[in-house]
Amino acid sequence: MTLVVDGVCKQFGRFPALNNVSLEVRDGEFLTLLGPSGSGKTTLLRVLAGLDRPDRGSVFLNGVDFLRLSARERRVGLVFQQYALFRHMTVAKNIAFGLDVRPARTRPSRDAIKARVSELLTLAHIDGLGARYPAQLSGGQRQRVAVARALAFEPQLLLLDEPFGALDTKVRKELRGELRRIHDETGVTTILVTHDQEEAMALADRVVLMNRGRIEQVGTPHELDDTPATPFVFEFLGECNRLPCEVSNGVARFEGFAAPVIGYGQSRGLGTVRGQALFRPADTCLDAGAAGDGLPVRVVQIGGRGAIRTLECLALSGHRLFAELPEHLALRFEVGQRVRLTARRVIVEPGRETDAKAHVDHQPARSVAV
Amino acid sequence: MIATVARRPINGPLPLLLLVLALAWISLVIGAPLATVLVQAFSKGVGPFFDAFKDPDALAAVRLTLIVAAITVPLNAVFGLAAAWSIAKFNFKGKALLLAIIDLPLSMSPVVSGLVWVLLFGASGWFAPWLEASGVKIVFALPGIVLGTVLVTLPLIARELIPLMSAQGADEELAAATLGAGGWTTFFKITLPNVRWALLHGVLLCNARAMGEFGAVSVLSGHIRGLTETLPLHVEAVYNEYDFVGAFACASLLAGLAVVTLVAKTILERADQMAAKQGSAA
Repeated sequence: MTLVVDGVCKQFGRFPALNNVSLEVRDGEFLTLLGPSGSGKTTLLRVLAGLDRPDRGSVFLNGVDFLRLSARERRVGLVFQQYALFRHMTVAKNIAFGLDVRPARTRPSRDAIKARVSELLTLAHIDGLGARYPAQLSGGQRQRVAVARALAFEPQLLLLDEPFGALDTKVRKELRGELRRIHDETGVTTILVTHDQEEAMALADRVVLMNRGRIEQVGTPHELDDTPATPFVFEFLGECNRLPCEVSNGVARFEGFAAPVIGYGQSRGLGTVRGQALFRPADTCLDAGAAGDGLPVRVVQIGGRGAIRTLECLALSGHRLFAELPEHLALRFEVGQRVRLTARRVIVEPGRETDAKAHVDHQPARSVAV
Repeated sequence: MIATVARRPINGPLPLLLLVLALAWISLVIGAPLATVLVQAFSKGVGPFFDAFKDPDALAAVRLTLIVAAITVPLNAVFGLAAAWSIAKFNFKGKALLLAIIDLPLSMSPVVSGLVWVLLFGASGWFAPWLEASGVKIVFALPGIVLGTVLVTLPLIARELIPLMSAQGADEELAAATLGAGGWTTFFKITLPNVRWALLHGVLLCNARAMGEFGAVSVLSGHIRGLTETLPLHVEAVYNEYDFVGAFACASLLAGLAVVTLVAKTILERADQMAAKQGSAA
């Protein structure tokens, strides 16, 4: 069983929400659509659910042309951002809805529906809440009901649109685990939309990272972390330092040091290129020794707590750079100290070098919490 | 919800003065007329009061009023639901225009609402030749009275539904669709139950207005005793003939309708609040 999306385009007025999106989803897979707002991830989900029609492209599930089916014919379970529970129905009635509205020929018997509902109440760990109304539930419980309702009619696909958006951090984490457990128990192919990279990476078998209506990269969380296809992917998945550099033959050269470039293959043979290097605070090393490689910087702040500490450093050029060090290493440094900074590996955004002056008041896009 | 608003106890002379003023004003402009209606109706005792309803013309007026309401209210309920549904759940060009047009009868004198139909269907109206040829009578007959009443009461149900349905959004309907429900199933199982109290509220207001409408109906009725006079018109006609007991007896029926409407409205609002508690933020 595979879902094949091919060349899907969708335009809202003059705004291209989906721009030639192609994707293959395997049977039983847990996929997350990740991206900033406006990246098209929710539109793609709505196209799959049948709530939006694409302008071009095709969607096939097991060889069935999905675009020729209406939302009600697709048998796709959709969990809405605000859950969209039926407010005047009890939890049990909500869950039974997908079965209750079937035509008499294919509708299960009343007892069978009842059994299915209690099965789902158990699966979603909400036994005993069947007689309540949605307004009498907490946010987390509502979310569980929404998932149970979407699963009750044995959908071919389970789609979730930012399902944890309205919940506090603790409940989020708990439900995240629950959702993965439910997926593993039912084996239903699941696609979840989120803008939270941590959530996407923690949950998914594979992550689809979207930006401006296009897919930037598809891969396992490990692949995305290890071999980001584009600087956007790298930047979206975590905090980064930015520093101008010169690249040739897969090596980025900075003032005082050099570092290998990840995903260099694409730009091989271009000669020497100037650009912006991006690298993680976790890949940043500091050395207090008298001699050796490294960009001269001054430690201006030491923050964080626990095993990992964040050191904020200021270069003479005005660049603010962050380094994450294990506690025992971080303790060797103090505020005001002059040290040398190097990076283990970098990714390069070619041709976007800005001069140092302009960079003084340019904070990193996602600054590290200190 | 109204009940959660914090209130201060009345203290000091100014709030007390305002309260007394408000009560005096209400008794003067609402209480006194209502009392007058009853006093006048029973001024010659219980017997003449009931005699007023033995008049066949009075009975005909009551019957006509009920018929007009029975046609008008369902028509406007269907229209109100359709209009509110399309405005609240869809985006389309001309939405603002539709909203403005729905409100138009509220800002228009009922006499005008009556006259427009006379201009269209009256003896020298646009459709007069066609109507004459086919023998259909609209003005000075039941169809005209219904048309006038429908126009005057048009916004009442739609305006109850539009804000509620807009606030509810279309997510529940979309969810029902993905769960396999068809259009009618979704309407009867999701949309209608979600607005049932507001709909009843609107029906109640629409009914009260339809039965009490004077201006538009007065223009369209032709005042044929026993045939095209509704209850409000009958009250005026009888009053003009100095039959005060008869006029006020019939007026007391209309006043009774107002009281029943008020009580039913209060009960509905309570039910609505309970439903809101049960269903809010779902």
